[in-house]
Amino acid sequence: MAALLDNLVPLLQGLSATLWMAVLSAVGALVLGVIVTAMRVSPIPVLRGVAFAYVQLFLNVPLLALLVLFVFALPDAGLLMPLPMTAVVVLVIYEAAYVAEAVRSGVNTVALGQAEAARALGLTFRQTLGSVILPQALRAVVQPVGNVMIALVMNTSLFAAVGIVELTAAANKTNLIHAQPIPIFVGAGLTYMALALLIGLGTGWLERRVAILR
Amino acid sequence: MSASVLYDEPGPKTRRRIFLWSVVSALVVLGLVVLGLVQFAKHGQLDAEKWAPFTQWPIWEYLLVGLLGTLEAAAYVAVLSAVAGIFLALGRLSRVRPLRWLATGYIEIARTLPVLLMIYVTLFALPSAGVNLPLLWKLVLPLTVANAAAFAEIFRAGILALPKGQSEAAVSLGLSGGQTMRFVVLPQAVRHVTPSLVSQLVSLLKDTSLGYIVAFTELLYRAQVLSAYNHLLVQTFLVVTFIYLVCNGFLSFVAHRLQGWRRKREPEGTNG
Repeated sequence: MAALLDNLVPLLQGLSATLWMAVLSAVGALVLGVIVTAMRVSPIPVLRGVAFAYVQLFLNVPLLALLVLFVFALPDAGLLMPLPMTAVVVLVIYEAAYVAEAVRSGVNTVALGQAEAARALGLTFRQTLGSVILPQALRAVVQPVGNVMIALVMNTSLFAAVGIVELTAAANKTNLIHAQPIPIFVGAGLTYMALALLIGLGTGWLERRVAILR
Repeated sequence: MSASVLYDEPGPKTRRRIFLWSVVSALVVLGLVVLGLVQFAKHGQLDAEKWAPFTQWPIWEYLLVGLLGTLEAAAYVAVLSAVAGIFLALGRLSRVRPLRWLATGYIEIARTLPVLLMIYVTLFALPSAGVNLPLLWKLVLPLTVANAAAFAEIFRAGILALPKGQSEAAVSLGLSGGQTMRFVVLPQAVRHVTPSLVSQLVSLLKDTSLGYIVAFTELLYRAQVLSAYNHLLVQTFLVVTFIYLVCNGFLSFVAHRLQGWRRKREPEGTNG
């Protein structure tokens, strides 16, 4: 326990790094994911193809391989950004594919009549999608998207592998110095669980607020 | 719902607009690709001699041995966590309260712990407690702990999705609870969730890339060793990303086909 309390400052610094990178990535992934979904159901074949390829690519490639590629390899091609920024960008494009999958399953749950009614009213594709389909689809996928967000927070721990000191790296470093694995790793684990619980409760609350009762 | 219900059958004017936008978006995509290639070329990453090693068999052999390690680890994790997952799912659905609590607690905890944290525990915490596992198991154990929970949730969903009449019929035929589970419920439930199981296999295969941290001989680790030796970081990691894409793309395709095949065989509403 003492090891945990003595090292509270570096561990909290790690936690704050985890938090701000997770929040930034979450916002980015949500925005990009919805855009990709819109592309995927659009009438323009090229956009549909690009969105499909995008989702398939990032669902099938490991995040760690992407992180290593972006952090260690791409600087050789002159693509160099500050390290935390690179990691956040990678996480955004990776998780956006999962968000897009979740939102698309939501689009599939919207009743056919809704789209037909919107078209019968003479709404254009953009109006149909923007004011009829997506609002209902997004309400239906609060829980699945919440699960993606939990996975996103867990995945920020992989940043430790490319040299960013976030919560997992901070815990590991503290343990290497003090050799007190039990309190340190249990503390870090409980923190991640608390974050996941927080997201779970938040999405539960949000779902009750926005769910459409039929 | 297919995409086409979102818009009407295009008329001549809309067709022109769609064509125009197709051209514009194709140009934008093409422009981005060209921009990337120019950037790569400017830094000499497209030079033939930098890609030439990847036309030679020994390099591929080196990477494919890594892929073999990936598949080996993935196979261990898949089998172990599928077995553990079935028991955890049964535990979570059990009528025995302590068993239910135990299984539920395990699943909820394992689902909300980062795998890397567990790997650090097996790498740095367990040895100091006197448990020093072989390299393969330092990767397989944490991945199994995490994936067992995921498999359990998939199996549980499959069992819950089965109509109640199935187990009621089995019980009325005089089968015991265990027999009902083994001969009636589980076979149907497993078949029902096969696509999800294959998708989980993809996620698990991706997870084995953490062997990079454990220094277990798998694809990403071999790529790192190779790039340290030939200094072709961009090329090596792009090739490895491509290998992952091919392997997992194939699995995803199988999952997709299984799903389509299931839907055709079992029209909406009927189940099992």
